[in-house]
Amino acid sequence: MSRVILPYGDTTGDGAVQLSFTLPVAAGPAAREAARQICLRMNLENPQVVAMRDLGGGYTFFIVYARATQGVDLDELRVPEARVPNWSREEVDRIVAERIGRPIRVVGACTGTDAHTVGLDAILNMKGYRGDYGLERYQGFRVWNLGSQVPNETLVARAQAVEADAILVSQVVTQKNVHLANLTELVDLLEAEGMRERVVLVCGGPRITHELAVELGYDAGFGPGTLPSQVAAFIVQTLLERADGPDGTAGRR
Amino acid sequence: MLHVDPEQVTRARDLARRITGAVMPFIEAHTTTAIERAVVRLFGVEGAGPDGVPLPNLVVSSLQEGGGLGRGAAFWLANGCARTGRTPQALAEEVAAGRLDLMQLPLLSEAEIRAEAQRLARAALERIHRNRRTREELIGRYGERPSPWLYVIVATGNIYEDVVQAQNAARQGADVIAVIRSTAQSLLDYVPEGATTEGFGGTYATQENFRIMRRALDEVSEELGRYVRLTNYASGLCMPEIAALGALERLDMMLSDSMYGILFRDINPKRTLIDQHFARMIQAEAGIIINTGEDNYLTTADAFEAAHTVLASQFINEQFAHRSGMADAQIGLGHAFEMDPELEDGLLYQMADALLSRVCFPNAPLKYMPPTRFMTGDIFMGHVMDAMFNLTSVATGQQIHLVGVLTEAIHTPYLHDRFLALENARYVFNNARHFAAEFQLVPGGRIERRAADVLAGAVALLESIAETGLLQAIAAGVFAGIRRPPEGGKGLDGVLPRSEDYLNPFYDLCRKGGGAA
Repeated sequence: MSRVILPYGDTTGDGAVQLSFTLPVAAGPAAREAARQICLRMNLENPQVVAMRDLGGGYTFFIVYARATQGVDLDELRVPEARVPNWSREEVDRIVAERIGRPIRVVGACTGTDAHTVGLDAILNMKGYRGDYGLERYQGFRVWNLGSQVPNETLVARAQAVEADAILVSQVVTQKNVHLANLTELVDLLEAEGMRERVVLVCGGPRITHELAVELGYDAGFGPGTLPSQVAAFIVQTLLERADGPDGTAGRR
Repeated sequence: MLHVDPEQVTRARDLARRITGAVMPFIEAHTTTAIERAVVRLFGVEGAGPDGVPLPNLVVSSLQEGGGLGRGAAFWLANGCARTGRTPQALAEEVAAGRLDLMQLPLLSEAEIRAEAQRLARAALERIHRNRRTREELIGRYGERPSPWLYVIVATGNIYEDVVQAQNAARQGADVIAVIRSTAQSLLDYVPEGATTEGFGGTYATQENFRIMRRALDEVSEELGRYVRLTNYASGLCMPEIAALGALERLDMMLSDSMYGILFRDINPKRTLIDQHFARMIQAEAGIIINTGEDNYLTTADAFEAAHTVLASQFINEQFAHRSGMADAQIGLGHAFEMDPELEDGLLYQMADALLSRVCFPNAPLKYMPPTRFMTGDIFMGHVMDAMFNLTSVATGQQIHLVGVLTEAIHTPYLHDRFLALENARYVFNNARHFAAEFQLVPGGRIERRAADVLAGAVALLESIAETGLLQAIAAGVFAGIRRPPEGGKGLDGVLPRSEDYLNPFYDLCRKGGGAA
């Protein structure tokens, strides 16, 4: 059975969407028609320009309502997500104590040019996010939060110095896709240092999906809304899996 | 409109005076490579040498290598100019070409060198004062803007693209344009040269870029019939140099914090404290309004719990600024609207904190920063939060209002993002213009109680800092929970003791230690 869905306004299948965008043309009837035509070329039906605002300098901002016509079959979708056990902080701490026997060492940073530590802090800081405590609060973690604008080289050196089990990288604000270059460079550096297999490598941020992260060579990627306990559980689970693997050495050092 | 115990405010200010006073002997016994390069720049040296290294760096490092920097770059340049009859620029070019060692020239008498140094410094200060008068005349001609001033950021990386965005923002209502610097410029130990068209997350601060943007804003000011202010960032390893360039090129505001570089850029604490003193002295002369960075504390610490650290830091920043000769009207103390939107009565607490800063610093043009921490990418919610921020700003008499943009945490603003943000702010400001004049606070109510708590917390914190000393407090992580030891961080190698015969004519010529207007 296929489950095809369309955007929903107030009636199933109505395909209602709202868009806003700017066109490099002064406001007027021609601009309005240009906005409509842009929407039609996006395969949207019945575009209605509900607001047209002159931004000055020959630019106009539009708000448009329209109908999407192309549905999506839910059963045909494949969305890779990081497998994360549903463990509480207490459970994570107990599992670490029993099965790993020492605190897990985590180094985190906003790398490259990024100065936005909101996401990293939400995961690492004691206080955490939405009532879910950050990794610093866990008995089972020892955390080095290097903060913002950390060069990849510095991050790798620090991870090496503290014998990190896991590296967390956050990329929030980007320009011209510099975040992808940053993330790739880190993987290359870790591989060059022979460290890639020894660490759980995780990235996060509003543009990060698990699929993208895996493609770039990370163990997992987490998007907006991720709770610290999810990241904690993922790290512990991955370390345990590696410990149970053929060489079985990832646990104790 | 907010009642707080005036004795507590006086106590906080006295403590901050003591705290800053305790580090002044250290500051006044040292100079830095950045201060000496600023002196070279103020003497008119510009341009780069063979490998693209800026001339001020070449001059200062040659003196440092020769062991003469402790006497001050002014000493050697003044001797060289008086000896040869040439300009500092010509001498610097000779040094760069390897044809001149300033320390090998025979020395004139101490009095002759001093007189020449004073002459060179006076020329620089005349240019700076001329800029100040030009600004005052233009504002006089066009009329001052009502506060809060709308402060907007451009950050394309390309100075020419920045010009387009800046002029557009001005036409949409911006009163202040800040050109965000390329990320990590604060960690460069030199100021790049020339017009630049590539940067990450911002545009390099260079003297030429300052000129280009100044010209563009003067143009659009004339078109619009109102003075549009230009802002750049003087934090980082080159704080004094960039302050000097801002003064020379008529910037109107500069981010200039006594501790920001230490906490958020891991710049050595000693270096920063010495640098900020000189930088702000030059900014004081130029009539530049500084913006301090306390808002940053609230991006890492909780805004409800850490408000007293913001207030305590504002007192310290104020006292450092006074010690550089700044008038209150130049001290744009920073704070931010960063409380958790789920907090019940959060708006009241934000207003309490904003009013408290207003009452403690009645003549300071307070700089108010928009929500960033709880901006999630939900632009609709973000737009509402920005409206609450706008209301708080106009209702509590803030002066410099960094316009919150609904796409915060997504990307640097698109053209229409900025338009919507400015429209939001203008709507709220206009709609609530005389809000403050029409409402009275309930005595002993939530807002007064909150303000009293924050003030008491700030006094207690200042007491403990006064006890341990500022450098120790910074090392202990008092601000933003970040620990910075006095010997750690970047740039300590640029700190050196002044020799007994140190010469820096600007310290003598600029007003010092007053807060006089």
